[in-house]
Amino acid sequence: MATATPSKPVSDLVEATVRFCGDSGDGMQLAGTQFTNTSALLGNDVATFPDFPAEIRAPRGTKAGVSGFQIHFSSTEIFTPGDTVDALVAMNPAALVTNLADLRDGGILLVNKDAFDKKGLEQAGYATDPLEDGSLEKYKMHSVEMTKLTRLAVEGLGLSQKEADRCRNFFAMGLVFWLYDRSLEPTLRFIESKFGKLPSVAQANTNALKAGFNYGETVEAINTQYHVGPAKLKPGTYRNIEGNLALAWGLLAAARLSNKRLFLGAYPITPASDVLHYLSNYKNFDVLTFQAEDEIAAVTSAIGAAFAGEMAVTASSGPGIALKGEALGLAVMTELPMLVINVQRGGPSTGLPTKTEQADLNQALFGRNGECPMPIIAARSPGDCFYVAQEAWRIATRFMLPVFVLTDGYIANGSEPWQIPNVSDLPRIDINHPIANGEEFQPYARDERLARPWAIPGTPGLEHRIGGLEKANITGNVSYDPINHEKMCLLRQQKVDNIADDIPLQELDGPDSGDLLVLSWGGTYGSCATAVHTAQKSGQKVSHCHLRYLNPFPKNFEKILHSFDKILIPELNLGQLNAVIRAKFLIDTVGLNKVQGKPFSVIEIVNKINSLLG
Amino acid sequence: MSIESTLPVLKPADFASDQDVRWCPGCGDYSILAQMKKMLPSLGVPREKIVFISGIGCSSRFPYYMNTYGIHSIHGRAPAVATGLKASRPDLQVWVITGDGDGLSIGGNHLMHAIRRNVDLNIVLFNNRIYGLTKGQYSPTSPLGKKTKSTPMGAVDNPLHPLSIAIGCEATFVARSIDTNIKHLGGVLKRAAEHKGTAFVEVYQNCNVFNDGAWEYAKDRETKEDTTLELEHGKPLLFGKERKKGIRLHGLDPEVVELGKGITEDDLLFHDERAAEPSLAYLLSRMRYEDGFPEPIGVFRCVDRPRYDDEVNKQIDKSLKDKGKGDLETLFNSGETWTVK
Ligand SMILES: Cc1ncc(C[n+]2csc(CCOP(=O)(O)OP(=O)(O)O)c2C)c(N)n1
Ligand code: SF4
Ligand SMILES: [Mg+2]
Repeated sequence: MATATPSKPVSDLVEATVRFCGDSGDGMQLAGTQFTNTSALLGNDVATFPDFPAEIRAPRGTKAGVSGFQIHFSSTEIFTPGDTVDALVAMNPAALVTNLADLRDGGILLVNKDAFDKKGLEQAGYATDPLEDGSLEKYKMHSVEMTKLTRLAVEGLGLSQKEADRCRNFFAMGLVFWLYDRSLEPTLRFIESKFGKLPSVAQANTNALKAGFNYGETVEAINTQYHVGPAKLKPGTYRNIEGNLALAWGLLAAARLSNKRLFLGAYPITPASDVLHYLSNYKNFDVLTFQAEDEIAAVTSAIGAAFAGEMAVTASSGPGIALKGEALGLAVMTELPMLVINVQRGGPSTGLPTKTEQADLNQALFGRNGECPMPIIAARSPGDCFYVAQEAWRIATRFMLPVFVLTDGYIANGSEPWQIPNVSDLPRIDINHPIANGEEFQPYARDERLARPWAIPGTPGLEHRIGGLEKANITGNVSYDPINHEKMCLLRQQKVDNIADDIPLQELDGPDSGDLLVLSWGGTYGSCATAVHTAQKSGQKVSHCHLRYLNPFPKNFEKILHSFDKILIPELNLGQLNAVIRAKFLIDTVGLNKVQGKPFSVIEIVNKINSLLG
Repeated sequence: MSIESTLPVLKPADFASDQDVRWCPGCGDYSILAQMKKMLPSLGVPREKIVFISGIGCSSRFPYYMNTYGIHSIHGRAPAVATGLKASRPDLQVWVITGDGDGLSIGGNHLMHAIRRNVDLNIVLFNNRIYGLTKGQYSPTSPLGKKTKSTPMGAVDNPLHPLSIAIGCEATFVARSIDTNIKHLGGVLKRAAEHKGTAFVEVYQNCNVFNDGAWEYAKDRETKEDTTLELEHGKPLLFGKERKKGIRLHGLDPEVVELGKGITEDDLLFHDERAAEPSLAYLLSRMRYEDGFPEPIGVFRCVDRPRYDDEVNKQIDKSLKDKGKGDLETLFNSGETWTVK
């Protein structure tokens, strides 16, 4: 359904940011996802930020139970879900009080008036009704009886009141769809595919959606519609993708490209569980998922699978990675290829399960006993997870070692348009398993990269034993020889260092030298890139260096560091990369650090850049 | 001769690796190693298809001494390593070697879950009732009051009975043998190897350095007929030098009775390793020498149940059959997409 002939003036915008927020039972994630998909289909560039509480159902109406979903959509290329919100949908007082600060002055505020009763106001801590007391005057506020109007819209379908109220999010969606001149078509298709088997529910949601849309069109108080046109993305076919899905698909692709079966050993943990969920559904891609009894079994089962000759993967978040530590040492010692994925969340301990942070870099670098180096690669955006998974597996198999992949809750749950690759363009990953050649088999003999042979059980004549005790180089026999141990520690380190010869040189966004280098890694890419573009446009001599490879660093990295007067390292931790850079390169740097469970806003970085450049 | 080259007949020596065995002289582990090497050729499984996975402990050095594939992994985790291996490669014969500390203390969780999943593994737990490798602390199977380096006034925590644990975890095969009872041990290992599903074997093993004589009552020529009871499927539970003593059920409890004076073999409990319910096997696993019972050796339980490694691969096969081999291009282009020109 195309939008009806506009009966109200349409105002063109370059971009806009909308946030749906309400109780966790209000279906805000669904509303956000639908709005995102619709915008992406319309050709906008989009970036999203779902934000939900750790509790599945905190008491209804409380601040603890507020769930939100922010969408930034644009007719130009964008990298972040937006610093401030242009339109806020608040389904209850708790959602309003916890989200209002992010709504820009003059922004549009759509509230469900019916939820602003005495109890609701009390739960949110409002002494007086903000809809009545004039405190919202600086916003374009529309107070809509969403509950009542939804109930009316679904009347006659035989739904209970509770069921009727569950359609409220569709009413809100319909209204916002009208406001931003979006088609209802994709959501109607979604309703059909999701609720087709429950005709009355499907009908009710459809009615609510249309009622919201028509409300916008007819109610006089809402007098303008906004339009954000398509962005000029690179030609190609696109879809919207979340980080965890992109990661799962990247793993599938890596397995296919290397002609391997995929084995995932995992134990459920937010925000990594979706990797397990997705892969469990791809059995016909020759994927074996093992939900282990704990993270230790998850990683050790993966070691067993790696020994067996599979593409072995384990995925978790910080607390689970902590449990895997000892076994990762075994993987390093046995020099078996495997991937260790950490979808980071706020820590320490159980920390902030549903919030983002990048504070596990130290854990990836140093979180094991002994001299135990592991390569580390970090994804920078949802779609990038797809490529990082393949690159990590390429490195793991070329160098015969476990590789860390870092993502975070922000890119794992966030989404962006993703240009669907041609599978035939993806680089193959060649793997050789030796067979007996008449000579005695040496499990720790090494090739020019220092990788040892990956001989798998079932191969006659290559029977051998590996394990956690120190190995004699070449023979792989247990060795307590002091000189051998030192040599092996150095070899394992050298092997990781050799990866620098095998990865692309570090790229820079901006000139090769200048006043300031903004150095970032992981999920902060979008905010840093946008901030640097802003600074560059205002004439500042700032460049952006975003690291994908955190261990080892690309070969030209040190030279880049020395080409700028100042280095700013924004991180969602207390300065972990910063400390590594200072220690390794003896260079002065400045950190911008934040541990609030939230991504950087662009303005925070822009302000820091300005303060450094005076 | 051509038959010989396709089906080489292996000898025990073919299973010996080139590594020096480093257990203390006199350690019971030697005997278990010897019986394993002796038994394996009888299975007709080629060496390259056999994998030994162990944890950490004296017992867990075992894989280094076998000329097969092997992993000496980390403390307690062997069942999990083996589960990943066997699920990935059902064509392999996978053994897990563990100790009473490795399997029941640090690795208790993995042991429990491997057994309940009925992964087709052969788990051999060397029970010496002590931590050998760390030089003599008490273990989860050390008896109450046991004085060790870490319990100078005697252990105050209750010991576990490995077979009771295994049965509680829904084990489909449970057996016990004794390091020095070499013929019996070889037979039990073979039965374990032939079982499909998790075969759990407890071996009474003497640590002559830190816990010498822990199983003396069950090994001593003079006493062993009275302190152990060799289980045979379908046969009455008889024991003693003259085989004149038996086990009878009194209510829900076993009791030792003398044959004669009106008590015949027909009054005794008959062993049924294939009983659907594990009650009998459990009852047998609770019979302790210190409570006046002979301790059963042999196969307690052997039943057929679905196996994790098999089932999980069947699901993959079914999915491949139902949906066809997954195609990346199709997958990536599924759902809502749009084209930019
Ligand atoms: C994580 C960890 N904790 C502790 C140890 C030290 N450790 C090695 S073996 C062992 C106990 C082994 O006892 P058991 O399993 O009975 O084997 P045994 O030596 O008696 O055959 C301990 C505590 C270790 N290797 N790793
Ligand atoms: S310490 Fe005990 S168990 Fe270990 S090798 Fe020596 S005798 Fe055997
Ligand atoms: Mg022991």
